[in-house]
Amino acid sequence: MKKTNRETIITAAVLLVVLIGAFALDAALPSYHIAIKVVKKACVYSLVAVSMNLLNGFTGLFSLGQAGFMLLGAYSYAVLCIPVAKRAGVYQYFDGGLVQFSLPEIFSGVLGGTVGPVVGMLCALLVGGLIAALCAYLIGLPVLRLKSDYLAIATLGFAEILRAFFQWNALGPLTNGSNLLKNYPDLGGAAAYVILVGLFIAVILLLVNSTYGRAFMAIRDDEVAAEAMGINLAHHKRLAFIISSFFAGIGGGMLAMYMGTVQALSFKSAMTYEILLIVVMGGIGSITGSVLTSFLYIASLEWLLRGLDSGTFLGISSPIFKNGFRMAIVSVIIMVVVLFFRKGIMGDRELPDLFRKKAKKEEVSGNE
Amino acid sequence: MSEAKNVLRLEHITMQFGGVVAVDDLSMEINEGEIVALIGPNGAGKTTAFNAITGVYEPTNGQVYFLGEPVVRNHPQGKMKKQYKGAEAEKYVHETVLNPTPDKLTALGMARTFQNIRLWRTQTVFDNVLIAKHMLRTSNVFSATFRVNRAEEKRQRAEVLELLKIVGLEDVKDELATSLPYGKQRRLEIARALATNPKLLMLDEPAAGMNPQETDELTAFIGRIRSEFGVTILLIEHHMDLVMDISDRIYVIDFGKLIAHGTPEQIQNDQRVIDAYLGVEDDA
Repeated sequence: MKKTNRETIITAAVLLVVLIGAFALDAALPSYHIAIKVVKKACVYSLVAVSMNLLNGFTGLFSLGQAGFMLLGAYSYAVLCIPVAKRAGVYQYFDGGLVQFSLPEIFSGVLGGTVGPVVGMLCALLVGGLIAALCAYLIGLPVLRLKSDYLAIATLGFAEILRAFFQWNALGPLTNGSNLLKNYPDLGGAAAYVILVGLFIAVILLLVNSTYGRAFMAIRDDEVAAEAMGINLAHHKRLAFIISSFFAGIGGGMLAMYMGTVQALSFKSAMTYEILLIVVMGGIGSITGSVLTSFLYIASLEWLLRGLDSGTFLGISSPIFKNGFRMAIVSVIIMVVVLFFRKGIMGDRELPDLFRKKAKKEEVSGNE
Repeated sequence: MSEAKNVLRLEHITMQFGGVVAVDDLSMEINEGEIVALIGPNGAGKTTAFNAITGVYEPTNGQVYFLGEPVVRNHPQGKMKKQYKGAEAEKYVHETVLNPTPDKLTALGMARTFQNIRLWRTQTVFDNVLIAKHMLRTSNVFSATFRVNRAEEKRQRAEVLELLKIVGLEDVKDELATSLPYGKQRRLEIARALATNPKLLMLDEPAAGMNPQETDELTAFIGRIRSEFGVTILLIEHHMDLVMDISDRIYVIDFGKLIAHGTPEQIQNDQRVIDAYLGVEDDA
């Protein structure tokens, strides 16, 4: 059996083109250009959508806590990365805040001014992920005994409580209460986001195709059979929940980077629904679908359909093109997608499946 | 009695739901290498007994030994203390309650199939069996994700392929499990259970919904499995041909109670069994 076949080569080529495209964007356009913003935001949403897909699509646990875990990641990143000199300004109501160090600065002291800050920022992202994972472990203890809708309600409640908690004034020295956290550094341009998110998604992809990923899918397909075949349900559900939250935390950190400011108020449950929408439209159980839909969704919402709100769209001017009309059109598009792609845009297929010849069926499973 | 030879032994297993006693004081033994059948009319409590052994239910009272060790044990608790109608209510009160989840029992070497086929529908035939191997892994989530367990994965894949060859499903290994014909799905369920390297294989109505020819094939298949894998087999079955053909011993229950046990010949001639299956005329 040959290991490198046609679809793998094409898939690699597509990914390479995306990467080169990101570098080209960075080189050709200023960093505030809308195209770069769209790529960055879509990357972040891709990561969070894939993390949600791991839980909802692959393990079959219907959880709506994503915004809560993102909030943890976002705050961790911001708190750990604000330069010491700027802390007094940011935490002006809380005496400069509790944390008096900044990871990018510490690492640039050790590793020098070019590598150091990047390492520091990555560490802050990972810390955010770990805090989200730890929180997921604790929440999971009681909550993962619930099933389907009940689990969704419990996790949704958790996310809302967390949001309120972070705005609490008593936590001000850490979270700055309901004020903004700002002035922390951004990692870089579109290419940096694409590479970083690509790496994290690659890890999730490896997990999904490992023996644990198969066990998750067995739990999704038939819990009773999975348990009878020796798969410890509690352990595996907890594992999926923790891993998903870890990546949601990292995604939250990256969202903070992208937005430039963090405020608990922006991590509403509407954000979770947005991501759920991406997962469902992309195809439950398809990582490619989640990524593709993130890009389509963010690009059309933030950029391509802007004209519908501001008067002129595709050269057509109309008095009905005013604020809010864009959302109406988006709703119609979503309904059309749901009607015509009942399993989402990708179903449960992945990128290589698109390039596979239909008739060829033999030697598919032995890809290890 | 010789503990070591027992693969499975039930003691006073009682399963009561509210006021209904579904399994009443059931005791049985299965020795190494035997094929034992548990039969009874519809609603006699066979599957309930099965579920109480495999950890799906928690028996109300009684004890299960597996390979000489107690693995399941319970006594009436809470509300059940007053409601309990079964036998030996006091016997296990002072012993620790053992109530493992099904996966723990499977890890000890007890694998089962289901009456209504429960294959993982989005997975291929090959992956269905491979997932059952997950239990035997030595990798953790990190070593599995980053492919440190490459050797183990490769070995497991080879084992699965070997197993599929033995059960005759090799040619359909890349098909979706649920796209197979009924008889092959049954076979796949058995193969999946065998992939966990069980010492005791428990089959819940393996011939349900099969025509006579398929049943004959299955009979031969079960016999072959016993000799090739050296497993002990407990089966629940309705098809009397199959049961009489392959069982070494048979236990018969009716209304949750054990009414007879013995060799197929003894059971065929047992008046109580005949009465239970055909009904008794209650003329005064």
